Amino acid sequence: MSPPPFLLQCDALTVRRGERAVLDNVSLTVRAGEIVTLIGPNGAGKTTLVKTALRLVKPDQGSVRQRPNLSIGYMPQRLAVDPTLPLTVRRFLALWSKADADTMRATLAEVGATHTFDRAIQTLSGGEAQRVLLARALLRQPDLLVLDEPVQAVDVHGQIELFELIGDIRNRRGCGVLLVSHDLHLVMARTDTVICLNRHVCCHGKPEDVSRHPEYVALFGRHAEALAIYQHSHDHAHADDGCVVPAGLEHTAHADHAASCDHDHGHGHHHHGDHRHG
Amino acid sequence: MTMGMATITTGTTGMDDFLIRAGAAGVGLALLAGPLGCLVVWRRMAYFGDTLAHSALLGVALGFLAGIDLNIGVVAVCLCIAVALTLLQEQRRLASDTLLGIVSHSTLSLGLIALAAMQTVRVDLLAYLFGDILAVTPADLIAIWGGGVVVLAVLALVWRRLLALTVDEDLARVEGVPVRWIRLAFTLLIAATIALAMKIVGILLVTSLLIIPAATARRFSRSPEMMAVLAALAGAVSVLGGLAASLYADLPSGPAIVVTAACLFLVGHLLPGARRG
Repeated sequence: MSPPPFLLQCDALTVRRGERAVLDNVSLTVRAGEIVTLIGPNGAGKTTLVKTALRLVKPDQGSVRQRPNLSIGYMPQRLAVDPTLPLTVRRFLALWSKADADTMRATLAEVGATHTFDRAIQTLSGGEAQRVLLARALLRQPDLLVLDEPVQAVDVHGQIELFELIGDIRNRRGCGVLLVSHDLHLVMARTDTVICLNRHVCCHGKPEDVSRHPEYVALFGRHAEALAIYQHSHDHAHADDGCVVPAGLEHTAHADHAASCDHDHGHGHHHHGDHRHG
Repeated sequence: MTMGMATITTGTTGMDDFLIRAGAAGVGLALLAGPLGCLVVWRRMAYFGDTLAHSALLGVALGFLAGIDLNIGVVAVCLCIAVALTLLQEQRRLASDTLLGIVSHSTLSLGLIALAAMQTVRVDLLAYLFGDILAVTPADLIAIWGGGVVVLAVLALVWRRLLALTVDEDLARVEGVPVRWIRLAFTLLIAATIALAMKIVGILLVTSLLIIPAATARRFSRSPEMMAVLAALAGAVSVLGGLAASLYADLPSGPAIVVTAACLFLVGHLLPGARRG
């Protein structure tokens, strides 16, 4: 059986900012009905890869191919609308879609945000704003949904709900999904393919395979789930042996940073304590 | 325009004549500045507008030197400066406001020097800096209303796309909005408005006519269009109020208009119970 046709194919992309390669020889394919998740630490080039795939950023090398007439529903990380702009959710949706009010309400219902219809867009909570952005993308009848860190500024319970929602949408609509996340343990179970990115593709494949891959383990440590949460708010580096250490101690021997390594892992567990496993 | 022409042909006294012209020109400008000013506020481009306005004096000097229509000189220089600013901002070596500060004041100074160096022309510099609404000629009136209709027509044409890219530029780009062209069109509209407004409030005060009425309208608006219309109305009231104050209290007209607009803003914000959308 041949796999479903590709919606989006990025081939050997390299993007440079000055001397530094933000993306180095990165390839990526999304097929119809497939959920592809990009994971990687902050600064790994995830957003740059998405923007290149969307043709917002021109690659220095490599090519981006989109299926002809591909309809893309893009959901940016966040919305920053100036408070001086009087804009209700209804009007916001109408900026991008000719759909009538009933269709808009139905789409908002699909993402569980009907109650926001007449609210000013600046007054929405983080979760509500993400749902409205998702509804906006769905109104485009997308073949491919591109979601850049869709659960930022959403509490853990809301994150689980949102990921389940995205899975449901894929099942219902059969669209492809390209998802960016630095939060591993929530996305893993709901993903077909994981691409672990750290400027280059560290590894890719099925979630369970990736989670056993040495480069992945090197990047995220044995307690990957906990570390993914840890990554949110702290700065750190990876030692040569894969341990997570404070920035600047990358090239120290294991004995020298073992203490901080243990500390970090333990710290991650503390953060993780209240969260349920996805 | 029609009002002014009518009074000329029916031969009313000169006094009424220039008053009606001044009022018609000012109101025409306010109707134009309202919607554009809203976009300047939403897009946080107040200082950008100010910089373009300051560079307009250079356009005036250029117009005199080249012997062309001053409005064309102003629009041409504003556009060049706008394009140069956009390119410089992409370099990201200097913070945007620093860059604007440099360009704003150096173009103003260059304009002042160029005008001073011209031996052959006697220029009423104060009129260019602060405006002189009572000196509006029938030709100015035609330029303001004719130009105003064109500017508003173009604005209506790009309105939805301008709003889209004001909300989120990347989103607009993904949805196929030609962001670069729409931005350029918007800059062109601001440049044209500055050229037309120069006569009324002067280049130093032009941006106030864009920003203050829009800020006044915000509190009472529940949609972008409502805010644009209310800003136009607030601007018109400011112009007429300032004109009256200028006439009866012998105040300089440009500053009187701006102070009226500011008073309207204060009153609007002190009013209780206004809707907040």
